Amino acid sequence: MSTDAVLYDHPGPRAKIRNGILTVVFGIALLALLYWVYLKFDEKGQWAAALWEPFTESSTWTDYLLPGLWKTVSAAAVAMVLSLIFGLVFSVGRLSDHRWLSVPSGMVVEFFRAVPLLLLMFFIFYGVPFITESPMPPFWAVVAGLTLYNGSVLAEAFRAGIKSVPRGQSEAGYAIGLRKSQVMQEILMPQAARAMLPVIVSQLVVLVKDTALGYIIGYAELLQSVNNLAANFGNIVAAAIVAAIIYIAVNASLTAFAGWLERRTRRKGKAPKSADPVPVGAVEPIGD
Amino acid sequence: MDVFSDPTNFDVYVTGFLWILKLTAAGTVGALILGVLLAAMRVSPVPVLRGFGTTWVNTFRNTPLTLIIFFCYFGLFSTLGVKLSDDIDRNNYWLGVIGLSVYTAAFVCEAIRSGINTVPPGQAEAARAIGMSFFQTLTIIVLPQAARAVIAPLGSIFIALAKNSTIVGTIGLAESSNAMKELINANGDQVIAIFLVFAGTFAAVLIPTGYAFGWLANRMAVKR
Repeated sequence: MSTDAVLYDHPGPRAKIRNGILTVVFGIALLALLYWVYLKFDEKGQWAAALWEPFTESSTWTDYLLPGLWKTVSAAAVAMVLSLIFGLVFSVGRLSDHRWLSVPSGMVVEFFRAVPLLLLMFFIFYGVPFITESPMPPFWAVVAGLTLYNGSVLAEAFRAGIKSVPRGQSEAGYAIGLRKSQVMQEILMPQAARAMLPVIVSQLVVLVKDTALGYIIGYAELLQSVNNLAANFGNIVAAAIVAAIIYIAVNASLTAFAGWLERRTRRKGKAPKSADPVPVGAVEPIGD
Repeated sequence: MDVFSDPTNFDVYVTGFLWILKLTAAGTVGALILGVLLAAMRVSPVPVLRGFGTTWVNTFRNTPLTLIIFFCYFGLFSTLGVKLSDDIDRNNYWLGVIGLSVYTAAFVCEAIRSGINTVPPGQAEAARAIGMSFFQTLTIIVLPQAARAVIAPLGSIFIALAKNSTIVGTIGLAESSNAMKELINANGDQVIAIFLVFAGTFAAVLIPTGYAFGWLANRMAVKR
């Protein structure tokens, strides 16, 4: 159901007045709230020019924000590549006919999907050094945690994608004498990858957001550098607002990219028509 | 497993998970109420409400939860002076609940909106034809049908919420991730056992919950 104008009629005179009143009342309430926030911030001197001035100087950006953003992006990029590989391997493993392969793959995927990412990162960062007896670089703790978690989510996405390819596709493959591995590589995986492209990009948004957990274990990503910046200038709220804007800008553009990809694949009409629609819950790219 | 035979350590473990449980419960209620309200706003005839809903979703869905919790502490508590309890743990707990709710509500809103899209347009048209108002159409006809379609996505959202509760540890609440860190630092020789117990508890609760939601979603699905 398209939500636009299906749920309500074109407003008549009474509805127009009612909508007008609602607009005014809600608008006033919202403005009052914003004004209260403004006043409170003012009371605490949060609007003082000194707190915001650093963001107009290039040194703030070159010393703090851009290196932080770079660390965020590099951790996200490495983790994305690794989790794609992880997801591919385990989705194929889980669909294997050999129980000795499919059962452990399934267990690994289910386990890492259920464990909070922060717990995983803490274990890798604080726990693993006790075993290996050498310190764990925060970068790798962040990347390993992100890979295990997002890789598992992607494995489920790939699996749903592979299962959504019509059965006739693989039957045709077997009919011309392909082996199972060939059917998987040449027929199922390419179509699944295409069908799941938007999900994969959306998962990248989750990944970028999750790098912020690195702040908790001292990885010098964006949030950490914002913290350092705030320690120097005493402008924690201003710095956090700027960081939020950067995150929103990066992630909104990724989301827009996912939407564009989805429209593009749909327009060409090449996305496999699923006989068995992809279960929504199984591939929902959410959470941390 | 020796670590947990020590009653103090066992206490740390139990307290950590109790906080997670409380955060999840309150966060779920908050996110559900806010999320349904936001979804109603986003499909309403009033442009200001729609704009508000859209802004909310785009803002909170794209901001890391760590940063939102951070804001709850430094913005709400330190700057705006919102004090929710005199007890510091309680105060951090409620700040965490606010952060989790506003963040998760954005996802709940989107799930419900996609659920509304699964209801055939004829249903709403029929409701309008017999003279129902927008509010009646939404609450009597559309939302009940949408609810059955969103069980699976809502399930994964609330499971994510339970896991996200660990992030409230950032502002000093002694929830399970902090509890695990503390135990690991004190008992370096048993890190694997400690991790397996903490991670295993989450897995033991959340994996069956996931399957239960899947089962319920299948059972409640509207066959169209």
